[in-house]
Amino acid sequence: MELIFEKSVSGRCGVRVPLSDVPKAPPLSEALRRQEPVRLPEVSELDLVRHYTNLSRRNFSVDTNFYPLGSCTMKYNSKVNEDVAALFAGCHPVLALLPGGESLVQGPLSLVHGLERQLAEITGMDEVTTQPLAGAHGEMTGIMVIAAYHKARGDNKRKYVIVPDSSHGTNPASAAMAGYEIVTVPTAPYGDMDLDLYRKAMNEEVAAVMLTCPNTLGLFNPHIAEICAIAHEAGALTYYDGANLNAILGKVRPGDVGFDVIHVNLHKTFSTPHGGGGPGSGPIGVRGDLVRYLPTPRVVRREDGSFAVEDHPEGIGRVSDFFGNFGIMARAYAYITMLGREGLIEVSEHAVLNANYMMARLKEEYELPFDQTCMHECVFSASRQVEHGVHAIDVAKYLVDRGFHPPTVYFPLNVKEAIMIEPTETESRQTMDAFIEVMLEAARLARENPERLQEAPVTTPVGRLDETRAARAQQVCCE
Amino acid sequence: MGYCPNTPDDIREMLAVIGAGSVEELFSSIPADLRARSFDLPPGMSELELTRHMKEKAAACGADIVPFIGGGIYDHFIPAAVDHLASRAEFYTAYTPYQPECAQGTLQALYEYQSTICRLTGMEASNASLYDGGTAVAEAALMSLRITERHKVILDASVNPLHREIVSGYLHSLSAEAVQVEPKGCTSDLDRLMAFIDGETAAVIVQSPDFFGNVQDFRALAQKAHEHEALLIVSCYPIALGLVASPGEMGADIAVGEGQSLGNPVSFGGPYFGFIATRKRFIRNLPGRIVGETIDHQARRGFVLTLQAREQHIKRHKATSNICSNQSLCALRGLIFCAALGKKGFEELALLNYDKAQYAKSVLASVKGVDLLTGGATFNEFTLSLPWDASEVVQRILEKGVAAGVPLGRYYQGMEKALLVTVTEKRSKDEIDRLAVLLEEALWS
Repeated sequence: MELIFEKSVSGRCGVRVPLSDVPKAPPLSEALRRQEPVRLPEVSELDLVRHYTNLSRRNFSVDTNFYPLGSCTMKYNSKVNEDVAALFAGCHPVLALLPGGESLVQGPLSLVHGLERQLAEITGMDEVTTQPLAGAHGEMTGIMVIAAYHKARGDNKRKYVIVPDSSHGTNPASAAMAGYEIVTVPTAPYGDMDLDLYRKAMNEEVAAVMLTCPNTLGLFNPHIAEICAIAHEAGALTYYDGANLNAILGKVRPGDVGFDVIHVNLHKTFSTPHGGGGPGSGPIGVRGDLVRYLPTPRVVRREDGSFAVEDHPEGIGRVSDFFGNFGIMARAYAYITMLGREGLIEVSEHAVLNANYMMARLKEEYELPFDQTCMHECVFSASRQVEHGVHAIDVAKYLVDRGFHPPTVYFPLNVKEAIMIEPTETESRQTMDAFIEVMLEAARLARENPERLQEAPVTTPVGRLDETRAARAQQVCCE
Repeated sequence: MGYCPNTPDDIREMLAVIGAGSVEELFSSIPADLRARSFDLPPGMSELELTRHMKEKAAACGADIVPFIGGGIYDHFIPAAVDHLASRAEFYTAYTPYQPECAQGTLQALYEYQSTICRLTGMEASNASLYDGGTAVAEAALMSLRITERHKVILDASVNPLHREIVSGYLHSLSAEAVQVEPKGCTSDLDRLMAFIDGETAAVIVQSPDFFGNVQDFRALAQKAHEHEALLIVSCYPIALGLVASPGEMGADIAVGEGQSLGNPVSFGGPYFGFIATRKRFIRNLPGRIVGETIDHQARRGFVLTLQAREQHIKRHKATSNICSNQSLCALRGLIFCAALGKKGFEELALLNYDKAQYAKSVLASVKGVDLLTGGATFNEFTLSLPWDASEVVQRILEKGVAAGVPLGRYYQGMEKALLVTVTEKRSKDEIDRLAVLLEEALWS
């Protein structure tokens, strides 16, 4: 499809700018003025609407396709959440910071506070901040809080953060951005971080250990309380990556288990749309002494029941401009409020049921490296298909031809040819059965007609794209 | 309740396939002593009840206040097409385009977005967006440390104070230094900034229009920075770029900013998007997602995420940033906004902001006791000095339904009487005239 710039016709215009009701001002000096107008497209409004409508049709999405992308929790994003979040579109955040302004924005402030309280109860933490703008941003914020805690105690020798080799890449990257060196602990044959090697890695120079539970294989680690205890004994803190919280809503609370810091991905567990890669939202929760190091400002509830914005002087400072991605927070608040206690428990139960059903039906044809009850997702390997020259990516591309968004492939890194399937709770058995049929068909084709998989996809606007060429050419904007 | 479609019959049959007796049995790998000790949340609501509940909250959100406030977040008109197109569920319920063949919609839109940002800023390479303006400035600072392998950044204190706080936090974590240079009155002290640049400086970070509203010329600063092989980072306001010289024209190495003003509602602080763009030679040091053009085996043009070897899922702790998303949907809104206005409309919009603010400047500065602190060139914001504490005055005018501006005492010591006033195209002449009357009343009656 042509670029919007390629549809441009000199002199054509789209939206009309309002007429001026004030006198023309003397122009800016030559040195400060832009030399030429910005080369934006010149298209009619209809050209514009058609272009982006047609572009949208070149996407798979939750609303159009089953999207079992492991680790991403691509559940249904309910429409009412879109509508209620839009109610706040005209609320300027700076109003809250003006003298006398707080009283004008009690609605959104109560929502921020209400969501923080909901998340604290769900995760078992004492206090939550919604300021981080994404999961990785929450991780960095959480590790900065941990750093502040150690520093305030005069404990300056801690320079390492421990992560398992199966962790999300953001864990080590976030800890590095917060100034730490990384120690990676390998996975044991039973699928979790090797406990003995972890014990050996833990010492008084370690600031924190970061864990995802269920882990990236979709397995619940029964040793997590012990892992926390070992860390605490050495004076280190424990960080819970909430990426997989959907599996344990109402069943396990990381705070009860012994985690000190947690981040939550509102765009996963709490159903806010992924937006084609963002915006997300990554609130963090902390326990006990760590509360004082949360970023500034805090939204607090006064004794008279009103809400206020307060500076948080001992905190790590500010990690984003205002109170976080409010529009996303409003959707998550609506979701939690609408589902309530029973609805949230139902979420984790159906998510786990669906994943186990998927696992049970596919394990005859696909290698299952860890054959045990899974949580909200299961990880297969395409190793049997590799014998026929078919790789995980070929199965993925064939699924595209059959109208399914592929699972996550080649992650986690500790499974070769990984195929990671997370159906989520919002999918029906019939949808999963249709997907399973195509997966089984792909396994059969791998034996009988591998070319069909290797040449896929053939139904999309473009076939497999030359990524090496893209990296070499570095063509990232049009001339 | 939880949008779970499976019926009791489905569940029974699925459990039989799994070979489990109950759903609870599937959770048996969780030891009993690790089970939740509490889950004290209220019962759910119907959609109707929820909508009422949310409308009550939204009724108390100050939406009827006439805003002359900005300070980084601006109340601009958003054409209807932006909302309609960005509300296409094919855009907003998709995820990161990991499988490019079924994500060409998002990928091409992001490529067009990157092209738009390059054209606005006069730069050669943009990423696919960052979280917000403040974190974008912080990422630019980190980028300069990587490029120069130095540890000191000079930060003009007329850069947005919220952004400076974020930059300081990020740099502090990495034991890098942020030297803040105070403004001279309400203007950047360019001479002092230049005097601070030395062989250990990774970058100088400045903003135009700055937090007081001044439009600035950084050409000499760029030259001085480059003499010391330091970078110039310019934070900019994209609507202003319809009129004022771009960071590229000023000699900047990295252009960053808050993208909210391009088609995103103020929405109590987010979601917005940050943008970052640079010279092509620094492309490998950019943080975050980048979309590149390529072809398939039939030589058809297509778009993919590219240069991923910089990113966390490959490089882990050695990545250029921990960021693993962008603000796709907000960036898409920005793109559609720019394309809807087009070459001519975008320039007209900038001029309209400029003219309205110039008018407001003359009307407000003629109120008794009020002076203009930003005497030079400005875009759609300017700073006034009031005869006494601006906070009190703002509070009094706020009671009349008008947010007169942002008192600067909160951000700058000794500026308790300074008021930052913003006038976008949405403010009518009548509203501006009324503000002058309210200001006069608040001061003298």
